Amino acid sequence: MLYNIFIDPFVQMVQMPDLLVQTLWEGLVSGVLYALIALGFVLIFKASGVFNFAQGIMVVFSALTLVGSYEKFASWGFSGPVAAFVALILAAAVMFVLAVLVERVVLRPLVNQPDIILFMATFGITYVLIGFGEMVFGGDPKQMIASELFLPSGAFDVEMLGGRVSFQKLDIAAAVIASVMIAGLAVFFQKTRIGRALRAVADSHKAALSVGISLNQIWVIVWFAAGLVALVTGIMWGARSDVSFALEIVALKALPVLVLGGFTSVPGAIVGGLIIGVGEKLGEFYWGPLLGGGIESWLAYVIALVFLLYRPQGLFGDKIIERI
Amino acid sequence: MFYRETGQFKQDYAADSAVFPILQDRYGLAIILAIAFVGIPLFGNEFLLASVMIPFLILSLAAIGLNILVGYTGLLSLGTAGFMGVGAYAAYKLSTIFPQVHILVWILCSGFFAAGIGALFGLPSLRIKGFYLAVATLAAQFFLQWCFVRVSWLYNDNPSGAIEVPARSLFGIAITGPSATPVTRYLVVLIIVVVMTLIASNIVHGRIGRTWMAVRDMDIAAQLMGIRLLPAKLLAFAVSSFYCGVAGALMVFLWLGAAEPSAFDIRLSFVLLFMVIIGGLGSLIGSFMGAALIHIMPIFIRALPESLGLPIGAATVEHLTFLIVGGLIIFFLIVEPHGLARLWQIAKQKLRVWPFPY
Repeated sequence: MLYNIFIDPFVQMVQMPDLLVQTLWEGLVSGVLYALIALGFVLIFKASGVFNFAQGIMVVFSALTLVGSYEKFASWGFSGPVAAFVALILAAAVMFVLAVLVERVVLRPLVNQPDIILFMATFGITYVLIGFGEMVFGGDPKQMIASELFLPSGAFDVEMLGGRVSFQKLDIAAAVIASVMIAGLAVFFQKTRIGRALRAVADSHKAALSVGISLNQIWVIVWFAAGLVALVTGIMWGARSDVSFALEIVALKALPVLVLGGFTSVPGAIVGGLIIGVGEKLGEFYWGPLLGGGIESWLAYVIALVFLLYRPQGLFGDKIIERI
Repeated sequence: MFYRETGQFKQDYAADSAVFPILQDRYGLAIILAIAFVGIPLFGNEFLLASVMIPFLILSLAAIGLNILVGYTGLLSLGTAGFMGVGAYAAYKLSTIFPQVHILVWILCSGFFAAGIGALFGLPSLRIKGFYLAVATLAAQFFLQWCFVRVSWLYNDNPSGAIEVPARSLFGIAITGPSATPVTRYLVVLIIVVVMTLIASNIVHGRIGRTWMAVRDMDIAAQLMGIRLLPAKLLAFAVSSFYCGVAGALMVFLWLGAAEPSAFDIRLSFVLLFMVIIGGLGSLIGSFMGAALIHIMPIFIRALPESLGLPIGAATVEHLTFLIVGGLIIFFLIVEPHGLARLWQIAKQKLRVWPFPY
């Protein structure tokens, strides 16, 4: 038994390095997607202190808006790449409207309430979005319009380490787009005027208010940014599988990522996402059969839990200092 | 006018620190209990008993359990459904291994198993707080649910993967299984819930409850005052999980009749957390109000279009229910972030001084 746990998986890894590389790659790809969802959480948490449970459903909702409006265009005989990009802009506009509505209807009346109340309010948002999304777009899974958005499909194989490793072109595109987006966000945060305001708000709400930064405006911007991140995540994820409300549960996987990286750290979200993605796939592939499989559903949380016991503020989180 | 404590003199500390110090409150409680024990079984139809009252009482019990943890001790937990599942599966295993012992004994004993598991998963709470703890308890939720699916010993290798309730009776009256009438099931649930609420009320008003509240308000300060954090937090986890475990066992044995692992999924945890927050953190009556609102409101919304004769399809009604429930959650949070229990308190305060403003 001990042999099976501690030695056999490593022997397998060394004996079949191509399988190891394949598993690592799949872990990295799902890690990128977890990291993208976690990024949306971190953006909102930093700027408004709201633990936004609705990020997962925002991913689904934005992807549904995109696909749904494209289907509508197609039924009017307006299809192809142009229509797809019009739908993309429309989806982004919907996310902007959502950000404004959330700020007006939910955040503004609830300002200065305890964290848990705001957390619950985002639950309300989740329910509203589920109900609204299903009513407008129907509950059936939809096909993502990947080829119209010039996303590559298919796979190529690489001969390496005495075997073949297959890479999905889409996954590579996802990784590239995610990197570009993260770099873009970093530049936006570091170099622009609004980015500086955002960082000021993240440091201290009161100090930011006192130097004349409008909190309400910042919240709209931040929720819109999180909405755009959700849209990109939705496109990537939707292209890998269908667009459906099942994604919402998968989005819960972003929580251990957040814990691992720290709630307030953008690099933490990315590194945490990759660690969770890789750890989960390796665990499932090499140790899963010992326990009867399916351990993917909880392994991420246990990794995060064990990690938390040693570093309660996460990998890159701000140190928690408690005073009386 | 009617609700006034003038002339009610308290002559000792016991009377002053009673849970219901005002006479009218005691009358009100007696009336509610009379309605619950006599009125509803006599006049309620099967739908009211089986689909409204039994689930409402069971969910209230689970909400009380969660409220002990979240509302009184300030430890955010998202593993409630997992702990309910532990209770349900423990009761099932015990009642199939030892069929001679009465099933009600096992339903209550199953709480101890849930308490043990709960305390185990509560161990990280000493180092982790807030949302980080919520994620840690999610580990419990997903791990336990995985166990219910994969460990076939838990459901006696039943090919369907579900647990089915054996038929049992008390004094010749069937209380579980298909032949049990809703009335008997309702009364059994009601008695258990009332007794356990009484116990919970005594716990939270006593020394233990004050310890928990001190931990909730600021745990470092509580530690400085001589409260040992680990026992206090673990006790909160254990008591909370005990209540959830019993509620889970009741849910399977007296409400659903059979359950699959998906009955205890993460959505149930979230729904219970809703009930606690909407009802009011740190309030037992709030747990009942929250459960009533969250459970009964969708039933009303679903029944509404039909009774009004509106031609809306079943799927649309379901979506509308989601939409309205979500909207109402936000509405209630904005109107009164401290929950329905606080609204109730404000209403009582207004009544006491009525017709004067203060």
